[in-house]
Amino acid sequence: MTTTISNARRSATPTATISPRRVAVLARAELRLLVRNRTALFNALLLPAATVGLFSTMGGLGDEAAGVVGPMLLNILTIMALALVVYYNLTVAYVARREELVLKRYLVGEASRAEILAGAAAPAFAVALAQTVLGVVAVSVFLEPPAFVNPLLMIVAVVGGAVMLTTLAAATSGLSRTVESAQLTTLPLLIVALPFAGLFGGPGASSGGVLDTIGTFTPLRPITDLMLLGAGGLDGDGQVLTLAETFAAARLPVAVLIAWTILGQFAARRWMRWEPRR
Amino acid sequence: MTSEPIVHVRGARRRYGTFEAVRGVDLDVRRGELVALLGTNGAGRTSFVELVEGLAPSDGGTVRVLGRDPYRQRREIVASLGIMLQSAGFSGDLTVAETARTWAGTLTRPRAVDEVLAAVDLSHRADVRVASLSGGEKRRLDLALAIMGDPEVLFLDEPTTGLDPESRRATWRLVQGMLARGTTVLLTTHYLEEAEELADRIAILQGGRIVRTGSVADIVAAEPARLEFVVRNRGGREVVPTVDDLPSLEGVVDVPEIDRTGRVRLRTTTLQDDLFTLLQWADARQLRLDDLDARSASLEQAFLAMDDDRNDTRNDDTEVAA
Repeated sequence: MTTTISNARRSATPTATISPRRVAVLARAELRLLVRNRTALFNALLLPAATVGLFSTMGGLGDEAAGVVGPMLLNILTIMALALVVYYNLTVAYVARREELVLKRYLVGEASRAEILAGAAAPAFAVALAQTVLGVVAVSVFLEPPAFVNPLLMIVAVVGGAVMLTTLAAATSGLSRTVESAQLTTLPLLIVALPFAGLFGGPGASSGGVLDTIGTFTPLRPITDLMLLGAGGLDGDGQVLTLAETFAAARLPVAVLIAWTILGQFAARRWMRWEPRR
Repeated sequence: MTSEPIVHVRGARRRYGTFEAVRGVDLDVRRGELVALLGTNGAGRTSFVELVEGLAPSDGGTVRVLGRDPYRQRREIVASLGIMLQSAGFSGDLTVAETARTWAGTLTRPRAVDEVLAAVDLSHRADVRVASLSGGEKRRLDLALAIMGDPEVLFLDEPTTGLDPESRRATWRLVQGMLARGTTVLLTTHYLEEAEELADRIAILQGGRIVRTGSVADIVAAEPARLEFVVRNRGGREVVPTVDDLPSLEGVVDVPEIDRTGRVRLRTTTLQDDLFTLLQWADARQLRLDDLDARSASLEQAFLAMDDDRNDTRNDDTEVAA
């Protein structure tokens, strides 16, 4: 019977059911490991401290700049948190768990692959989210509070960005033989995507150019676009939009974010490995 | 013990590219039974066990555990399985108790963590980081996680490798306790002594096929006993006999082997009769049989004898290929 054989071949990965209880248990273990790993902890905690310091020196800016500078600083903080804590730290964590054969162990148990990946990602999510909240507080205390035109878009930026970078971290981990080589394999995304993320060119500064058009479709850019829209109501041309207009303007960045997430998922399925190469 | 097969395998195959590691294996493990799977390195044990554990799909044949396909229907039975891999890792920075509690938290029916750690004699190490454990202690923690979910079916892949003799016996007692409670166990091991101690049945895997199954007694019974001695005359001088000098022994398998020092080695299927004949022969000629060693076959001997056969088969294969 050839049919049974072809069915067996098609079997693929277990269904992606996620039990919050299991993810929470795995996340607690991962959080313990993060706290006990000085380097990773330093990466995770250095940033907020630096940010608060940065914001505290920016108090003297003019009133008209405050509506732009607040959202921009907030965005820098979020992007750095997502790129370093979620993407970089998580790539390293996945490689480490794989090389120490922990992923292999979890696979033989009851947890699904999605739960294992989510459990390992949860602490990074929490740190990224906490940094954003801290950023909001710091911006509000040290600068003119941003308008927070559409907080929902800010949440989409942080959570959606974290999910996308988790899939990319899983894929990148598969291309990294060791924890050390993850320092190299994570560079392309950081080097290529960060300049296009629109962090420092003020909104509108480079708008309309070819590079800007290309930049719109790079992975980190939609996070910036959504943060600026959400925090300041600012679109790519520096216009201040109303709540209703921000939703319309958010469609493209949300689409780009989803596209990268889907791409990341494919890449993760293709490249992610659950045990070391023999 | 009922005869319901908990593990049911027919014609299982597994290929890596052009190499076929598992070549049509049949195996049943009934409820409450322990079957030990033996085989030298490269016999396909791990490749086969991974099929039954549901970690890899089979490339042919039928594999059923608790009536389900362990790979495609894994979700339906995984809560009833306990799996101890040959090599799986731990996060070294977690303590023993944290590792065990994390694992328990992912299970449907976890046993009490303290109780399980006590069962593998790790209670006193509960607050120690896993990185500081000895190899044997890590192996016991492996076992603790495998039995944490109170499994109906337990897969143990070399569970006592690296354990000291005392821990090994403790592990055996633990497994026997689980068998007494009705757990079904598929064990792979390098230690034939372990198989003799624990197994209801043994299956020997060779070149991706099961070449023999049965109880230890069955397998050993098929293997000739061994007789060994050195012949000396009355003055204590060694006499090197030829094969023709020896009495005719009815159960002898192959030709007796006589080395330069005069040591005679032979294998027989009728140990008592042949030993009697031999002693009479020596007595009549006033010879002494020094270093006399007569023993029934052990599982180890049966296993090694099969391994010799395998090497012969391998040569045949080469000829066919050439």
